[in-house]
Amino acid sequence: MNLKPTRLRMCGNWVLDRFPLAQVWNEHMAHYYAPKNFNFWYFFGSLALLVLVNQFVTGILLTMNYKPDAKFAFDSVEYIMRDVNWGWLVRYMHSTGASAFFIVIYLHMFRGLLYGSFKQPRELIWIFGMLLFVALMAEAFMGYLLPWGQMSYWGAQVIISLFSAIPVVGDDLALWIRGDYVISDATLNRFFAFHVIAVPLVLVLLVFMHIVALHEVGSNNPDGVNIKKSKDPWGHPTDGIPFHPYYTVKDVVGVAVFMIFFATVIFYMPEMGGYFLEHANFIPADPMKTPEHIAPVWYFTPFYSILRAIPDKFAGVIGMGGSIVVLFLLPWLDRGKVKSIRYRGGIYKKALMLFVVSFIALGYLGTQPVTPLATTMARIFTAYYFGFFLLMPIYTRWEKLKPVPSHITMQPTLEERIPEIKAVFDEVTLVTEGENTKRGFNQTGAKNVLIRTAKNLKESLD
Amino acid sequence: MKKLLSLLLFSLSLNVFASGGVTLQDADVDLSDKVSLQRGAKHFVTYCLGCHSAKQIRYLRIANDLGLDEKHVLADIAPEGAGIYDQLHTAMNKHDAEKWFGTQPPDLSLIARSRGADWLYSYLKGFYTDKNRPFGVNNAIFEDVGMPNPLWQLQGEQKPVFEMDGEKKTLTKLIKGSEGTMSEKEFDTAVNDLVNFLVYVGEPVQLERQQMGKYVLFFLLIFLAISYLLKKEYWKDVH
Repeated sequence: MNLKPTRLRMCGNWVLDRFPLAQVWNEHMAHYYAPKNFNFWYFFGSLALLVLVNQFVTGILLTMNYKPDAKFAFDSVEYIMRDVNWGWLVRYMHSTGASAFFIVIYLHMFRGLLYGSFKQPRELIWIFGMLLFVALMAEAFMGYLLPWGQMSYWGAQVIISLFSAIPVVGDDLALWIRGDYVISDATLNRFFAFHVIAVPLVLVLLVFMHIVALHEVGSNNPDGVNIKKSKDPWGHPTDGIPFHPYYTVKDVVGVAVFMIFFATVIFYMPEMGGYFLEHANFIPADPMKTPEHIAPVWYFTPFYSILRAIPDKFAGVIGMGGSIVVLFLLPWLDRGKVKSIRYRGGIYKKALMLFVVSFIALGYLGTQPVTPLATTMARIFTAYYFGFFLLMPIYTRWEKLKPVPSHITMQPTLEERIPEIKAVFDEVTLVTEGENTKRGFNQTGAKNVLIRTAKNLKESLD
Repeated sequence: MKKLLSLLLFSLSLNVFASGGVTLQDADVDLSDKVSLQRGAKHFVTYCLGCHSAKQIRYLRIANDLGLDEKHVLADIAPEGAGIYDQLHTAMNKHDAEKWFGTQPPDLSLIARSRGADWLYSYLKGFYTDKNRPFGVNNAIFEDVGMPNPLWQLQGEQKPVFEMDGEKKTLTKLIKGSEGTMSEKEFDTAVNDLVNFLVYVGEPVQLERQQMGKYVLFFLLIFLAISYLLKKEYWKDVH
């Protein structure tokens, strides 16, 4: 078919002759080959990008009505919630988006731990990702001061005072950060500047570098197999498929599922029982009244727990900083020869499982008031947190590895597993009485299922 | 679905408000009960607005949300001289407040969001006679609170029953001292209406938000179904 060049086409060609749009698109989407076997854990990268865009759009809209002034900040947020058209929706999307960002990022990082995505040759992707994580924490911390509620104020007060624990320069440093002797209007203004301009620019730049670095070496996969080893006559990996359209359509499904959870929170539980929006933050900041119990938002609590667990204040600050720094070193701490957890030894699987338990436990303890028992527990979990990383060079050498396949393996999809799931369901809920069967709780069936699950779990941990 | 959600919420917020030895009573919050909210608005203006403001809400918003005529709100609910576009400001000025109470009484716009409905309900019912306090009353939920009981005429007096455990004195329950103008049941309803109104004032949009949520989720489920079918179609040839 010979298309007659229309005006539109000619305009398009004019641009394409001067800008490599098609080339960029092909390099990063249409001709970027990704492994065929991405599973559930691989949705969170694109979801993080979605949440980032959500934060940008809602953040820009909020800025139009928010006033970064200690006198007006709190009331301007309530003005957005009540008098601005759809302001409440925009604000909830932004506040829920902050928590969603951390949920997505934590799961994204956990994917890295599962499948060894940080290992050679992807160390730099991990480093950029960790820098992103640190920038994100700074962004969230400074954004949290802006509503100027009691928790905003006292949370910032506690965290900034940590800098004063540094010997010699500490007090001056804390003063320099705050711009005042206490958190005040000066602090609010500079945090606003960082939150809406400086850190978002850093985030965008780092996301760009994270993706460029990823597309240079190619994506890892749940088998940890290098798909570039076997190529078809045209030079494409036989185990790969173009990112677009395959993964774009697949990620849209992930987006839909994510948005269902996201909308449920926004429309039915925007405070999430005090975890996403803390109750005490509905009281305007009052420098004269310290709240009884100062807790950071949930996504900082694991690190806050580590801080509190260490008796000396300065050592606590070092510990908290160290808990982040140690993550940067992960590619060099892990000496395991195999990437994916599927073919790693039982020792790493067990260590990782316990790490997840201790991370969640530290997170929970960080939301609770200090008691002697809680402090002891926090110390044990803190020790484990560091043990997991710092002992890695030793215990990952003892691993009994399993043979890694030369090609990726395809696992059955959820849809293909429906008959299998139904069989288990029937085993538990079908009761046979004489000749007829009916629905009911089948005790022996349930017992068998439990035993089988336990056996499978034990086997998979070996 | 709603039950499941509220159960989930409840379990999350279980420990947040636990305080003292007295357990909180359940407030029956129902924002679709417009009549209760209207009664609550009237109680609020009568008994609270003298000292406390609710400056984040306007009379007009209350009229619109509670299905009331603007004229009716001005005549029956708002104090003399208030305009329909006014926020709910208190008549007491800041300097008087500091002279009389030592501090400015807090704005109540968001009190239901910071304290919770059950806390407010129990607090308003929890005043008891205590000769050692400046206003002659103390509170079972908020010990040594610097606030008199604005509802004492309605409720009557309450006397505390203490349990002595060595040096420590713990409040176990409150008993009726004298009769008020309302029966116990009437008083509970009045306090509940007031709390209901405060929950509404805390976030006026919440009823609308929950109603909207249904349509959003319905759309997203259809979007999920279509996107899943699209993915399946594209992935047919991937083995």
